[in-house]
Amino acid sequence: MGFIESFKEGFYSNFIAGDMYKWLLDGLKTTLILTVLALIIGLIIGFLVAIIRSSHDKTGKLRIPNVLCVVYLTVIRGTPTMIQLLIMNFVVFAAVNLNRILVGALAFGINSGAYVAEIVRSGIMAVDAGQTEAGRSLGLNASQTMRLIVIPQAFKNVLPALVNEFITLLKETSIIGYIGMQDLTKGAMMIQSRTFNAFWPLIAAALMYLVLVMLLTFCMNKLEKRLRTNER
Amino acid sequence: MSVSGNVLLEVKGLKKYFGDNKVLDGISTEIHQGEVVTVIGPSGSGKSTFLRSLNLLETPTGGQILFEGVDITDPKVDINRHRQKIGMVFQQFNLFPHKTVRENIMLAPITLGLMKEEEAKEKADELLERIGLLEKADTYPNMLSGGQKQRVAIVRSLIMNPDVMLFDEPTSALDPEMVGEVLSLMKELAESGMTMVVVTHEMRFAREVSTRVIFIDEGKIQEENSPKEFFEHPKNPRLCDFLSKVL
Ligand SMILES: Nc1ncnc2c1ncn2[C@@H]1O[C@H](COP(=O)(O)OP(=O)(O)O)[C@@H](O)[C@H]1O
Ligand SMILES: [Mg+2]
Repeated sequence: MGFIESFKEGFYSNFIAGDMYKWLLDGLKTTLILTVLALIIGLIIGFLVAIIRSSHDKTGKLRIPNVLCVVYLTVIRGTPTMIQLLIMNFVVFAAVNLNRILVGALAFGINSGAYVAEIVRSGIMAVDAGQTEAGRSLGLNASQTMRLIVIPQAFKNVLPALVNEFITLLKETSIIGYIGMQDLTKGAMMIQSRTFNAFWPLIAAALMYLVLVMLLTFCMNKLEKRLRTNER
Repeated sequence: MSVSGNVLLEVKGLKKYFGDNKVLDGISTEIHQGEVVTVIGPSGSGKSTFLRSLNLLETPTGGQILFEGVDITDPKVDINRHRQKIGMVFQQFNLFPHKTVRENIMLAPITLGLMKEEEAKEKADELLERIGLLEKADTYPNMLSGGQKQRVAIVRSLIMNPDVMLFDEPTSALDPEMVGEVLSLMKELAESGMTMVVVTHEMRFAREVSTRVIFIDEGKIQEENSPKEFFEHPKNPRLCDFLSKVL
């Protein structure tokens, strides 16, 4: 059999036969939904924690919330994502019949929040103290100053790092199969177990991840450039 | 000393320590309505700390600051409300880089619910017109020269209709050719009756525009007087020494 024929044959038997390509596409959809949900949860938690932590660093207030945040960061960053996912599924929500995708989004979101928090905190700390002073001296209170003056600048500073976190998150969700979800990775594994061919489905999945990541990177570069030309 | 209007700011025994560093060691003075008080002194003598205490950007270690009769060092006082009436201009301008020039000026009155969007815009444009920068309204601060930035920073404070304005070395970060435009705006303000406290190294401004000059050294007011007396007959030996270096 020539190369072309064997290529066609491999492609056919791994994707077309039995509509197995749908496993990849459905998996991709799950991966995307999961990642976006987790990202949203991660951003909310991350910004909250970052604001509490940096307010505490600057003013010494919010001591107890700050301690809680430190505990959260320590635990999340000190344990494997995989264990966190398993605990979320088999311990926290063991008795509850919650949509798996939500369980996964919560686990990954809570995990990602810890990393987002440290990224955003460094962004907040990098905003010149004079910005806060200017806001406060105009009569804005601390939270107005944070929301309207500091956070927008911090956000711009850390946008590239946040996209990196998004990319990391996208790839990390590939372990969701361990709690029985069929994401892109799991879809590929299912094809593999059906056709006993590892090459085709795994390479296809890898390419799909790669394209997504490259797309994200591209959009981010565009966005960054736009933000840059606006100011500074 | 020229006593013009009512007492606007009364500083009583103001102390500020940073750890063991006694930066302000009992400062007392009054700022009257309509006065233009310049504060001079060697660098590191506590001038900025003094100025920043007046709107509580620095929390005093001791003493009192009465603004329009209210002790604003009292933790129960809503300092944000009083700060609306105390404008502040910084050496580094501190314009908001993510906002256009007009948005910089409109931000506070809108956020604080003092003006509707329309009114704030109108007011901002009026102020920009006054400083000849209306055509820059929609640009970002990075497109402005230092002198333009500082003038925008001044009108950003002005839109709040402050009762007093504090200036912390407003021309020290400027290229020499831009100092003049900022000083002349400040002079214009002074002539319009604005009460001002100005930390500066511009001796000409102190001499020609201010109504009173304060010399701070070692955390204390070493001398204060009308500009004429202050510069022509300085008494304090430290002041004589300082003036001999800067004049
Ligand atoms: N936030 C701060 N923490 C510690 N020390 C400070 C702080 N701000 C000012 N100082 C100290 O207070 C002294 C006076 O500073 P400053 O008021 O800025 O002087 P000036 O404006 O007259 O040059 C300096 O010794 C400075 O190091
Ligand atoms: Mg200073």
